[in-house]
Amino acid sequence: MTEPRSRGGWGKRLAPYLLSLPAGLWLLLLFIVPLGAMLVMSLETCSPATGACVMTWHWGELPSVVSLYRAQFLTSFYFAAAATLADLVISFPIAYWIAFHGGRRKNFFLLMLLVPFFVSFIIRTIVWEFVLSNNGVVLHTLKNFHLLPHGFHVLGTGFAVVAGLAYNYLPFTALPLYVALERIDYRILEAAYDLYATRRAGFLRVILPLTVPGIFAAFLLTFIPAFGDYVNQEILGGTANTMVGTVVQNQFLVNLDYAGGASLSAVLLAISLVGIFLYARLLGSRTIEQYL
Amino acid sequence: MSGQSALRDESELNSGRVATADTSKTADVRFEHVTKRFGDANAVDDLNLEVRAGEFFSLLGPSGCGKTTSLRMLGGFEEPTAGRIFIGGQDVTDLAPYRRNVNTVFQSYALFPHLDVFENVAFGLRRQHVAKVEVKRRVGEMLEMVDLPNFERRQPSQLSGGQQQRVALARALVNQPRLLLLDEPMSALDAKLRRQMQVELKRIQSQVGITFIYVTHDQEEAMTMSDRLAVMWHGKIEGMGSPKDVYDNPTSEFVATFLGASNLLSGEIVRTEGGMVSVATSGGVEIRVPTSRVPDLNSSAVKVGVRPEKIDLAPEGSSPTAGCNSLRGRVRVSTFTGVGNQYIVETESGVEVTVYAQNLGSQFAPRSGDNVVLMWPEEHTFTVRPLGEKTEINELEGD
Ligand SMILES: Nc1ncnc2c1ncn2[C@@H]1O[C@H](COP(=O)(O)OP(=O)(O)OP(=O)(O)O)[C@@H](O)[C@H]1O
Ligand SMILES: [Mg+2]
Repeated sequence: MTEPRSRGGWGKRLAPYLLSLPAGLWLLLLFIVPLGAMLVMSLETCSPATGACVMTWHWGELPSVVSLYRAQFLTSFYFAAAATLADLVISFPIAYWIAFHGGRRKNFFLLMLLVPFFVSFIIRTIVWEFVLSNNGVVLHTLKNFHLLPHGFHVLGTGFAVVAGLAYNYLPFTALPLYVALERIDYRILEAAYDLYATRRAGFLRVILPLTVPGIFAAFLLTFIPAFGDYVNQEILGGTANTMVGTVVQNQFLVNLDYAGGASLSAVLLAISLVGIFLYARLLGSRTIEQYL
Repeated sequence: MSGQSALRDESELNSGRVATADTSKTADVRFEHVTKRFGDANAVDDLNLEVRAGEFFSLLGPSGCGKTTSLRMLGGFEEPTAGRIFIGGQDVTDLAPYRRNVNTVFQSYALFPHLDVFENVAFGLRRQHVAKVEVKRRVGEMLEMVDLPNFERRQPSQLSGGQQQRVALARALVNQPRLLLLDEPMSALDAKLRRQMQVELKRIQSQVGITFIYVTHDQEEAMTMSDRLAVMWHGKIEGMGSPKDVYDNPTSEFVATFLGASNLLSGEIVRTEGGMVSVATSGGVEIRVPTSRVPDLNSSAVKVGVRPEKIDLAPEGSSPTAGCNSLRGRVRVSTFTGVGNQYIVETESGVEVTVYAQNLGSQFAPRSGDNVVLMWPEEHTFTVRPLGEKTEINELEGD
């Protein structure tokens, strides 16, 4: 009786580790190691002239970047929050419609939603720049019809950045919302109507509560990358309203201040982790996996 | 069928029937030529139906015959392709579900996954703005009734199938609607719990005077609980009436074989005299049927039927009792079932006839191979119109 157990014992116990080895190595090499390097670097002191860094355990860099770039952190926060909110408002009806009224074409509609995103991030943003430019299709036409004053411009304003962010991160909001809505069994909604719920009550008491984890997932997936984004600000925002992402990029690539850039990144990472931790506490860690 | 426990509780169940059946003869629910098409198939086909106020009405029928679709149209979740539906005299065909004083126990339970048991049951009361104290009391009572007293704070996902079904039942019942639609509300319950719930349902029906429309696959349940029932097939009603009526006087071959078992012999009406119709069966034997039990005297091709429990077996050579039909045959299979014996007898013309004999201890008990005479009173004989194709009928239970 003990023989089959001992025969399968080693292989069985090792199997999960063996199976996760490739992914584990991948994560270790391309994620954990760079992350560790970044965290280490944030505690080093670098010479701006040569770019060489030595470990000095300089913890002070972390709070100092926060206070130094407080304005940029706040700008990032406002822009990312505005873009996320816009995305939630825009994609909820779309996701709702596809989930409940998409019929057999659901996947087609989802694909249509994603088609623009097959184009590279940078190119998409540059096209937005073109669309929003002073002589671009939109503004030019509106000005021609005297619907806008002649000097009106969008590029170089916070609005352009938020619009770009909202546009670029829309799928990250729409998809989790869609997943959450799609999962709602229509018969449950019928049960609500059967129990005297009006359409409004059905939405507020059944659909919305069942979508909350999806909304939160959508929020995290949109807000976190938008918070650290610098491309939209660079291309659409001009020189004003610098976001943290731009600062990080400048620290690394322009100022060669690796320690400063790494410290800023560490702070950004910490903020994201707080968000995810809150999500897990409020809605349970199981639901994260379902939506990511 | 295990009829023992059913018989014992019958009196309990029927106690409500007296009170409710005559309270009111007004129609509470009416289907007028209701048809529902899905694609090019009729799920419900020109349905005409009247359910009286306070009545316990059952819908029986094989899977896919349109029972759920009929209930869904009544609840307002499906719009009829044609026809009108009335509740309490009001045309509700175009009325939204939440505007109808109807509650449903869904076949799929459809509990709210984000609400605990208490909030699930309280949902309808809260939408009607019932006072908090009242909600607490009524939900508590209802959970007590469905035997889930300490389950208030459980999530539906933490319940067994039968427990979920009872929550679904409580969630609908707690609202005390004028009309309650139950789509196989006890399919997941064990026999004991089912009996208990059946008694409770009848009690509620008689106390509150709710009209029940009850879908079930369980014939015994339908017969013991219902004031009236309808047998549906392919979206049409094949037979309707009190359980005894429909069982004793089936009007179609489908009803005769679906509700209980029937022996059916093809034949032709040859003569009508003195309130009796004579049907010549294929074997040449004439079988006499009271005219009152022949639904259509004008069509000559009929099937003549008798229930297996109505037939007596007698030794070979016995002469038929006056007022009885008789057939000669040979016992092919004899099965002892405890409460009785079940025989399959092959008649001279080669037709197989099933006979149930109660185990009274002392009567004639032939063994397989014995020649016997089958006898049954003429008044227990009926005729039905034959079906075109027979493929979809449930065959006799004994096979
Ligand atoms: N939404 C729908 N679309 C297409 N066909 C449907 C739909 N709903 C039901 N039908 C079809 O209508 C017919 C009747 O279905 P219904 O659900 O009313 O059967 P039922 O009598 O309740 O069966 P069961 O006893 O299995 O629950 C079936 O053939 C079914 O396939
Ligand atoms: Mg059904």
